Amino acid sequence: MRIPCPCCGPRDRREFTYYGASVFLDRPAEDAALEAWDDYLHLRDNPAGVTRDLWYHDPCQSWLEVERNTVTHEVLSARPVVEARA
Amino acid sequence: MNQSHRIPGKGLLIDRARPVRFSFDGKGYEGFAGDTLASALLASGTRLMGRSFKYHRPRGVMTAGSEEPSALMEIHEGAQQTPNVRATVQEIYEGLDARSQNHLGPLAFDLLAVNDWMAPFLSAGFYYKTFMWPRAFWEKLYEPAIRRAAGLGSLSGRHDEAVYEKAFAHCDLLVIGAGPAGLMAALVAARAGVDVILADEDVRMGGRLLADQPEVGGQAGPDWAASVVAELASLQNVRLMTRTTVTGAYDDGTFGALERVSLHRAPGEAPRECFWRIVAKRAILAAGALERPIAHPDNDRPGVMLASGLTGQLAKWGVNPGRVVIFSNNESGLAAARSLTAQGIEIAAYVDPRPIPVTEDFPVYAGAEVVGTRGRLGLKDVAVRHKGGISMIEARTLALAGGWNPTLHLTCHLNTRPQWDENIAAFVPKAGAVPGLSVAGAARGRFSTAACLADGAAVAGEVLADLGLRAPDVPVPGAEDAPYGIAPLWAVDAGGRAWLDFANDVTTKDVKLAAQEGFRSVEHMKRYTTQGMAPDQGKSSNVAALAVLADATGQGIPETGTTTYRPPFIPVSIAAMGAGGRAEGFAPRRLLTSDARSRAMGAPMIEAGLWYRPSYFPRDGETDWRTACDREVRQVREDVGVADVSTLGKIDVQGADAARFLDFVYTNTMSTLAPGKVRYGLMLREDGFVLDDGTCARLGPEHFLVTTTTAAAGLVMRHMDFVHQAFCGSWDVRMSSVTESWAQFCIAGPKAGALLEALEVEAELPFMGCAPVTVGGVQGRLFRISFSGEQGYEIAVPTRYGAALFDRLVEAAHAQDGCAYGMEALNVLRVEKGFITHAEIHGRVTADDVGLGKMVSAKKDCIGKAASLRPGLTEAGREQLVGLMPVNQGEVLSAGAHLYNERDRATREHNQGYVTSVAPSPTLGCWLGLGFLKDGRARHGQVIRLDDGLRGRKVLVEVCDPVFFDAEGGRMRG
Repeated sequence: MRIPCPCCGPRDRREFTYYGASVFLDRPAEDAALEAWDDYLHLRDNPAGVTRDLWYHDPCQSWLEVERNTVTHEVLSARPVVEARA
Repeated sequence: MNQSHRIPGKGLLIDRARPVRFSFDGKGYEGFAGDTLASALLASGTRLMGRSFKYHRPRGVMTAGSEEPSALMEIHEGAQQTPNVRATVQEIYEGLDARSQNHLGPLAFDLLAVNDWMAPFLSAGFYYKTFMWPRAFWEKLYEPAIRRAAGLGSLSGRHDEAVYEKAFAHCDLLVIGAGPAGLMAALVAARAGVDVILADEDVRMGGRLLADQPEVGGQAGPDWAASVVAELASLQNVRLMTRTTVTGAYDDGTFGALERVSLHRAPGEAPRECFWRIVAKRAILAAGALERPIAHPDNDRPGVMLASGLTGQLAKWGVNPGRVVIFSNNESGLAAARSLTAQGIEIAAYVDPRPIPVTEDFPVYAGAEVVGTRGRLGLKDVAVRHKGGISMIEARTLALAGGWNPTLHLTCHLNTRPQWDENIAAFVPKAGAVPGLSVAGAARGRFSTAACLADGAAVAGEVLADLGLRAPDVPVPGAEDAPYGIAPLWAVDAGGRAWLDFANDVTTKDVKLAAQEGFRSVEHMKRYTTQGMAPDQGKSSNVAALAVLADATGQGIPETGTTTYRPPFIPVSIAAMGAGGRAEGFAPRRLLTSDARSRAMGAPMIEAGLWYRPSYFPRDGETDWRTACDREVRQVREDVGVADVSTLGKIDVQGADAARFLDFVYTNTMSTLAPGKVRYGLMLREDGFVLDDGTCARLGPEHFLVTTTTAAAGLVMRHMDFVHQAFCGSWDVRMSSVTESWAQFCIAGPKAGALLEALEVEAELPFMGCAPVTVGGVQGRLFRISFSGEQGYEIAVPTRYGAALFDRLVEAAHAQDGCAYGMEALNVLRVEKGFITHAEIHGRVTADDVGLGKMVSAKKDCIGKAASLRPGLTEAGREQLVGLMPVNQGEVLSAGAHLYNERDRATREHNQGYVTSVAPSPTLGCWLGLGFLKDGRARHGQVIRLDDGLRGRKVLVEVCDPVFFDAEGGRMRG
């Protein structure tokens, strides 16, 4: 598996650290309901198909949102989380 | 041993001028350079080479390649012992020591051959049926006995000390297999100028062109192959890899390949094998096809071969098969019979179930079948059933030609199944099964030489077009284009045992029994019978086995389907895949600048993550760690000690929003910290549990230095990067790990100030202050912080000055009656003070659990704050950090022990908590423990029981405050 790092180009997955689904970018407000925090922290979809998740490229310290297909193993895109949030 | 069965003038691969001596089962043999173990033994007249797995039946050579199911041997090289080596692949070298395997007593009189007489009781699934009862017998009797008898070959039980290698390669086009299709494909692509890797598992490229020697473009097949290989070798853009088997297809055009680098030579400096990871933009699978046998009674004797194995052994190594009977159901077997006759080999009979015309120069039995064989340790007679009855025909070799299975394994490695092709009675690959991988030639069922050559060129042209290139005009040479003409015959209906899987002893009866007992799915049949689970993974037998299953269940072959094809295509040694990963290669080693000096002082080093840190610094007469550790602790408490603390993570944080950012990642407030001051800080994970602790120093208005624990340095850097990039990307803050840029040393003890003065370092700092300093003319940093509870400093200099500074610190400490201290003393000092490490903040504790609940500021948001307020993390009954002291002073405490009320039994439901850290305290004169206890802070003064089931230790301990020593902190502030 290779991920196209926006800084470094296509790199082997062994250079990356995985961090779970990209919904972790959607942090609830401090005073949001407990249910919202529970959902944010613990509840995840497990899609067969296109999914978005977070990867850290250790050499350049970029956090990326990677779009990939869990069935075909295709890596469709990767962008910095800063852009994903914008 | 003479080479009685070698044909003069034959053998493409052997060098008759170079005899090679080797041994088999302790007996000396001679072959030629270029021989394999199989060819050299066959040429010496030896057919018996091993015993089968279950019935211990005599086994010989069946093939001339890596698919060999039968001739498996052990290679001994000193202490090294490699089992299940295929004799058809292993080349001989001077002094090679090969031994047959899987027998008790001599190979020719295997005592375990008694299993063969017991065959009626050892049918498929006999383990499951026989060893069920009584249950108690399983562990003591059945399992040890089965384990002794089971398994092919044996291991030395020692480390494999040989050298292995791993390597990476990239190319535009990987061509797998160098037969007619592969050579044509590589030639077309090479002339187009793309980067080509051509990999072939044999010693010489050419595939079946070498074994069958058809004419190609008016040349002999081997000569044409040699001329193409010579051209490819002359091109800069081509890499030829022989002795290299592509073992697996993976995502993104990645392939695994195993190169036998020096297995053909006596052990030496060179790596034995190299495991390649090849990344290719495109790949062409031209791996050819594998011949399959026909299941007939007693088809497993030494002397029974595949026709392709026979012709290969003859053409490549000049092996004389003696009188041959060929049993074939297709034109390739007939062609082999003609070719062998032309080469002077006596064909005693050509047996074919098809009603073919009888017009050959050898006896032909049309509409006939082989129904049995004779010869205890090697074939003597073949029983042929024909229109006139049954004839016994004397023969030394029986060649089976049951048709060809395309070698499509790699196309199925990404979980695609092949398709059944009725016309050739074989599975063929599904197009597009592996992205970027095309298939050419026999590997997709195009069997004639002409078809392979044309297909190789055509597929290469398609691949080039796909890469946006025009294919050069490469004429396809003319060659034979004979029809295949197969009439499927999987098993002869004649009673008796007919073998499918020769390595694992699976017969047609076993497969029928599986179907009868309900294991009708091919995956169930495989597991019930062990069909295809031997080292050859059923390469020559799986298709026939599922055909027999299809017949037994009444389903068709396509409906029955295949089992799952998985990498690797051939057995790959773990040593090759893990090359370089043993011992020191297992993980990188991070060494402190003080490493050499510490070792010179006799300090045993212990691993802390990837770091190596000194455990203690023994002095003359100190024979154990306790003596040294006690002394070091006392010297720190009474005089002064120095220790290398460079392993702590250091993160430099700068920017106008740096303070605001740190307020967000720390539970406490850092924005109120004055420049020149240091504050202890706590970070939470977003789920509310403690992530890490450390210090934060404000070096300037917009400049902070964060320290982390050694264990969490990388984790915290990643975490801070995430919080920044995910939640405050627009803030003006930048951070970088500077862990390896600074060497940092702790100076602790009542004489710490005096030591600094001796080094002429300005030490007028308040507790928790920091300042730039000059030490020995070098710009450094001084922090007044303490992890020991004594007056303490940490001094940091750029890494390149670390070794020199440590030397000076050690000397200065000695001058003050102090010492260097190691991890053991460091741990005792911090336990005495109740300071936590990752033994305590292990990922399941909250700030309040460790007594730092007040550090979570109510005035601001921070990572983990919302979750830390969840009911489950704040309610009563949580386990809280406490100190533990033995009621009887002399008793030893142990970490990992659990805590129980004094009279409760040590069972889960009575568990009150657990011990995380212990230390022998010379200061307090007893062992001390830190641990977590249910509602522990309210239970100071209670006596509970520490129960270490592992070490059989039960100790009564008194619960107390985790700070055992100098609770007011006067010593470190002083």
